[in-house]
Amino acid sequence: MKRSSALPLLAFAALASGLLALAAGSVALSPERVLAAVLGQGDAAASDVIWQLRAPRALSAFAVGAALALSGALLQSLLRNPLADPYVLGVSGGAAVAALGAIAAGLGTAVVQGAAALGALATMALLFGLARRALFARNSLQSDQATVAVLLTGVMLAAFAAALLSLALSLAPDTKLRTMVFWLLGDLGGATDARAAVFALAVVAFALVVALVHAPALNLMVRGDLQAYTQGVRVAATRRRLILVSALATGAAVTLAGAVGFVGFVAPHLMRLALGNDQRVLLPASVLAGGTLVVVADTVARTAFAPLQLPVGVLTALIGVPVFLWLLAHR
Amino acid sequence: MTAREPLLALSGVTLRAAGRTLVENLDLQIRAGERWAVLGPNGAGKSTLLAVLAGARMADAGRVTAAGRPIEGQREDELARLRALVTDRWVDPFKSTVLETVMTARYVFGAGDGADETLALELLAALDCGDLARRDVRQLSRGERQRVAIATALAQTTPAVLLDEPTAHQDPRHQAWVIEYLFAQRERALVSTLHDVNAAVRFATHALLLSGRGSYQLGPAAEVLQAEALSDLFETSITAVEAEGERFFRVHAARR
Repeated sequence: MKRSSALPLLAFAALASGLLALAAGSVALSPERVLAAVLGQGDAAASDVIWQLRAPRALSAFAVGAALALSGALLQSLLRNPLADPYVLGVSGGAAVAALGAIAAGLGTAVVQGAAALGALATMALLFGLARRALFARNSLQSDQATVAVLLTGVMLAAFAAALLSLALSLAPDTKLRTMVFWLLGDLGGATDARAAVFALAVVAFALVVALVHAPALNLMVRGDLQAYTQGVRVAATRRRLILVSALATGAAVTLAGAVGFVGFVAPHLMRLALGNDQRVLLPASVLAGGTLVVVADTVARTAFAPLQLPVGVLTALIGVPVFLWLLAHR
Repeated sequence: MTAREPLLALSGVTLRAAGRTLVENLDLQIRAGERWAVLGPNGAGKSTLLAVLAGARMADAGRVTAAGRPIEGQREDELARLRALVTDRWVDPFKSTVLETVMTARYVFGAGDGADETLALELLAALDCGDLARRDVRQLSRGERQRVAIATALAQTTPAVLLDEPTAHQDPRHQAWVIEYLFAQRERALVSTLHDVNAAVRFATHALLLSGRGSYQLGPAAEVLQAEALSDLFETSITAVEAEGERFFRVHAARR
């Protein structure tokens, strides 16, 4: 793929996946009816299905994939570790603990989402508090201790959250278990609120703008903090801001859909294999690819075994792993 | 800035590491046209000193100034126009061409244009890496990668360049090549740690000897780089020999 044509191509793919998501479902709609409804000239039945159900869900799916892919791309570059994904910071673990607590208390979808958002924000605050020495120290350039310290703090928070989640699952009544497990697998079944989807998209857009502003600096930081500093990069400030927007994006994603796995890891990798490692291209490409992947995965998740709906997190891995392995073997 | 004003200066600087005092009360001025060789045994604080001169590490006591002003208050982009650093710890986690690697040095000067690329290619050629420009930087040998790192630092076009063991991975031909090329950078101020005392003699106008126990010795290279001082510094017998009209040092494995 040519780098200059990659972003338009990916944007086209994202639009196409959106139209597919609007057309496919228990009430199959022809492309003409979908287009008419999108343009505000459709029949009432098609408009209802699209605007009340499928459009909010497709937008949520795109926001989730875009947010996780952006977060993953940033963390892989910041940590100089291709195995990093959005969940290494522990933000999703904190969100999951709060969400499962709300589910256990028998609260509704909106409250569960609010709890997840609060859990994500609280974990972020905890991460910045615990890793503040590494994040704000001046004498941290000679080694990569600062980044490693943040990573270790995040992994420990994630591990603690995982223990709390196991505890919650052990104690939960059987009637709540299915909802809890679906939340942990990543599920867009409850994502029918257009305002929540638009808010998440706004968070992703903000995170992407911040990331793009710092993309040239990140291109240098990938090659070592000391080197980047001597070349004129404000290393500590850049790292703080990018970790913050990465955590924000992850929080937005898990609030909408729970812990959708794999997309935050694989989408940046696919783009890195196809397009190289220039962050100015890699970051927006990851956003488009991640969003598209989750829109397609969610469309399959709610149609393949209809009327049964699968959690989208199962599908992202089922689609993502073979694509990734194929690209790895044929590059 | 006048030619006599130091680009980088230390006054009363003390460096400590792991509870030991490596350097105590060091006064050092580095001016354009000077080439400093920093010598000392392993662990004497040579790399730490370079990090302090680069502003990447704070001195444990004393004042560090860059272009006459305290270094700790200066912005990263201001310092990046004043000094560059060649470390011996390069990090290449992802694929990148050699040319892209050298071009990172142009970050503070804004978007890289054709002139920047010409400069990068000239520097690569000058360090015998001309045919590596399109190669993946991760596939280079250590010696090649080190010469690319030197080209990268020089592409920052700074008046001062700090180098940590720039010949550590070079074969004999390229060791001589690198030393000769650095020797030819007469407009700049260079500070280089070196282990090879003969390379230091060839390269330096000035020398700084760090014992690692707090004491130091500095001055014009011809005065400081003497057999007795070097023998004391490295705690082994070093004797001077004459060949082809030049002075060389022979290093022995023990005190005699």
